[in-house]
Amino acid sequence: MSYKESTTPPEGYDVGRENMLDFKIDKQFEMLEQSDSKNFILTTVDEVFNWAKLSSIWPVTFGLACCAIEMIAAGATRYDIDRFGAGAFRPTPRQADLMIVSGTVTGKMARRLKLIYDQMPEPKWVMAMGSCAIGGGPYFKYGYHVVKGVDFIVPVDVYVPGCPPRPEVLLEGLMRLQDKIRGRKGKLITPKWVLDYAQKIPYRK
Amino acid sequence: MATEDVKATGWADQDHVPEIKSELLELNMGPQHPATHGVLRLLLETDGEIVYKVTPVMGYLHRCAEKIAEGVNYKQWVVYTDRFDYLAPMCCNHAYVTALEKLMGQEVPERGEHLRVVAAELSRIASHLVSLATFGLDMGAFTPLLYMFREREEILNLLERIAGGRMLYNYMVPGGVRYDVPDDKWIKDVLSFVDMMETKKVPEYNTLLSYNKIFIERTANVCVISPEDAFTFGCTGPVLRGSGVSFDCRRDDPYGAYPKFDFEIPVGQGQMGAVGDCWDRYFVRMLEIEQSCRLIRQALETLPDGPYQAIELKKPVKAPMGAVYSRTESAKGELGHYLIGDGGQTAFRNKVRSPSFCNLQVVTKVGVGQMVSDLVALVGSLDIVLGEIDR
Repeated sequence: MSYKESTTPPEGYDVGRENMLDFKIDKQFEMLEQSDSKNFILTTVDEVFNWAKLSSIWPVTFGLACCAIEMIAAGATRYDIDRFGAGAFRPTPRQADLMIVSGTVTGKMARRLKLIYDQMPEPKWVMAMGSCAIGGGPYFKYGYHVVKGVDFIVPVDVYVPGCPPRPEVLLEGLMRLQDKIRGRKGKLITPKWVLDYAQKIPYRK
Repeated sequence: MATEDVKATGWADQDHVPEIKSELLELNMGPQHPATHGVLRLLLETDGEIVYKVTPVMGYLHRCAEKIAEGVNYKQWVVYTDRFDYLAPMCCNHAYVTALEKLMGQEVPERGEHLRVVAAELSRIASHLVSLATFGLDMGAFTPLLYMFREREEILNLLERIAGGRMLYNYMVPGGVRYDVPDDKWIKDVLSFVDMMETKKVPEYNTLLSYNKIFIERTANVCVISPEDAFTFGCTGPVLRGSGVSFDCRRDDPYGAYPKFDFEIPVGQGQMGAVGDCWDRYFVRMLEIEQSCRLIRQALETLPDGPYQAIELKKPVKAPMGAVYSRTESAKGELGHYLIGDGGQTAFRNKVRSPSFCNLQVVTKVGVGQMVSDLVALVGSLDIVLGEIDR
């Protein structure tokens, strides 16, 4: 039985101190309501929390198919995914924040995928990596055993296209997810030097 | 005290402990497990740490590739062969186009054959690097992964320059290859990479991992596959060669330009323990990297001039009625295609004999009686790829 449900306070409990605290908090809220900036405290805490969340997204080790190799490559030497705080791949979903669905989801795997998603603690995010996870990919037409998109099973936050996506694209998707957690709308701005460089590449027949 | 009373209490006389009947524990390893290389599920029956029964459960990555072969035409299906063994896609391309050309009776220009050998061997090196790296990772050595992926990125760069894709290429077409060598610098770069690999990198890996005391303790004399077992379960590739059997489709059932070149077939010697243990299977792959380097150098130094495609790219391909079986040596073993044509542009049936599928079955025999942690070593040393097992 907790304290609030009982009629009398437990022994040694300082009732006067609690009343004092209540008074203080009430006073603070009154002062806040009178001031111009309403809900000042709540938004700031949220921003600090979001900053902490986006700086250490731990993905679950969940490689399904070809895209898993690119996911490992993104975590390996050249594209060090640790720079974005997302390099700690956890073998258990109970310690993870992000599920990168890297590869084809089949009918047999779908139930397990849902189970792993349910085991992850809130807050959690899902990234659909590769065209198979987005919408069936090359197995769309004749693939009788392929789920045509992982968003039939779990809600998806970020779609990373490609077959398989390059590690750079995975990092880009991670940054868009960080924008989403931060509460900002993500923007894809291609730098000018990239556009200039792209024009110089000779087109292959 | 009467004898029955001693038996009833149990602890009084250690020599007459009554038999404790216990049930075996059923344990699921996978499908989401960091040491099963994908979505493999191993159904174990264990008593403590000892495994009594292993049953591999597959089908979590069944992507209907053989059915798709009956729907799309011959050229379009090269795309799906990339996704079989996504660690060595060029070898899978090579296997399929070899079968298709056998059905069509199509000749391939010399330059195309040489470029195929170069691409397939580069891909084989990349696949073996990932295999060695993940095997080290399973054994608790994380650092070699970073070193081996560094060289793998170099190979992917080279293949991207010739084929256009980073990981899955769709490079080989019936009658040749899709693109010619981009420039002379590419050949120089490949040769310098091969030199670097042979002289610097392979000794570096040996120092890092192969002759590491902890690694040897963990893998030598563990999960020994005898040659008889390997034959019974149809093992091929480095698993069979690790057991001391010298068999390689590139030499024993030659295809493409391989008969022209000079190379050796490394087999397991039992340097650190018995022949056919996990260390042998690991080290055969390391030796194969050197042999692949030799093959690439020979193929590039004798690269002939001339056309690299026999059929125009945009032309649809037709194959006559009939059935062929063709086998090639993929990075994992013997990759065979049983291809039935009905005279049109689409195959009537294509049955794939994938090496990983047969190699995996050996765990049902060899895995029995091992510790659970040694089973991880066995699965890691078999180097399975689930895309190829389930197709």
